[in-house]
Amino acid sequence: MDSAPASDDVYLRPSVQTAVKLLIVGHFAVGKTTFVGTLSEIRPLCTEEVMTEAGALVDDLAGMRDKTTTTVALDFGRLTLNDRLVLYLFGTPGQQRFTRLWQDMTRGALGALVLADSRRLSQSFEVMGVLEEHGLPYAVALNQFHDAPAYELDEVREALDLLPETPLVRCDARDRVSATRALIRLVEYLLTRTGHLEHA
Amino acid sequence: MTPRRRPADRLVRSYVVTDGRAHPTRNTLDLVTLLIATDDLPLTGLNPEKRRLMELCRPGALSVAEVAGHLSLPVGVAKVLIADLMDSGHIVTRAPIPAARPTDAKILQEVLDGLRARL
Ligand SMILES: Nc1nc2c(ncn2[C@@H]2O[C@H](COP(=O)(O)OP(=O)(O)OP(=O)(O)O)[C@@H](O)[C@H]2O)c(=O)[nH]1
Ligand SMILES: [Mg+2]
Repeated sequence: MDSAPASDDVYLRPSVQTAVKLLIVGHFAVGKTTFVGTLSEIRPLCTEEVMTEAGALVDDLAGMRDKTTTTVALDFGRLTLNDRLVLYLFGTPGQQRFTRLWQDMTRGALGALVLADSRRLSQSFEVMGVLEEHGLPYAVALNQFHDAPAYELDEVREALDLLPETPLVRCDARDRVSATRALIRLVEYLLTRTGHLEHA
Repeated sequence: MTPRRRPADRLVRSYVVTDGRAHPTRNTLDLVTLLIATDDLPLTGLNPEKRRLMELCRPGALSVAEVAGHLSLPVGVAKVLIADLMDSGHIVTRAPIPAARPTDAKILQEVLDGLRARL
């Protein structure tokens, strides 16, 4: 983690002009790191934001030693989509109190994929609330864990109190095709919202 | 997996590497701002952290988030270093996305096509 990477494909293609980001969010242990790792073309990286307990992003390093601080891990990965466009995925924990982090993360983001676990659906409310508060559109992907009850998607939609237009898909964060399909569903939804999706 | 490091040590170190300053001189840096090292300026006079950052960036473009990740620095600290290196002309950025851009249907369509091509 500490040394400069050796491999060539660590770097972006010289032709890349634009970078966009999507957030992969959800409660503790829901599969965020797994999801980002499954799709990333680079070895997934992790970095940290340092926050005060009150949720402010610490960018005053001089005062940092006096305050109670906590670090928030952000995993991220990269997908080069074409010669000029690259997509970054950021795995972001769902706690509401990290206000400044959310401001930073949502600024410029296209949207978010909320990972949910059918054994603990109510734990997804907090993160969905944060996204709504910041006006970031989202889709929900239900990760299928082994011992999870096999709910119908309609039941889950109701339990999560989703808007009729909010996409809800099943997903296995460990599976590349499944994870890609969940992102596709999210981006289709984002396009629909702009009024530009030709009906497939 | 990343080994757990001790935050206290690193915070003190962070404070040192940014010369005790914390606010980046530019506020425009996003996690996905793309950074490109200019190759005509000497690295003499740069502190070791800035030198490491330049060495990381010289072979090709990386985002702010990747630079922070590869150097194991908190994002806030990486931004301070990057902003300084922009001021001194060592680093240039590639067109950050304007705030209006996320709703741009053309970009979304390109993202969608790129994802579908991966299946
Ligand atoms: N069955 C199944 N297991 C999964 C899935 N996604 C993740 N897991 C497992 O769930 C555990 C937690 O996954 P992580 O990716 O670490 O979850 P996380 O959201 O990053 O967790 P925190 O960062 O601690 O909040 C791991 O053991 C994964 O292998 C999934 O889609 N299906
Ligand atoms: Mg994680």
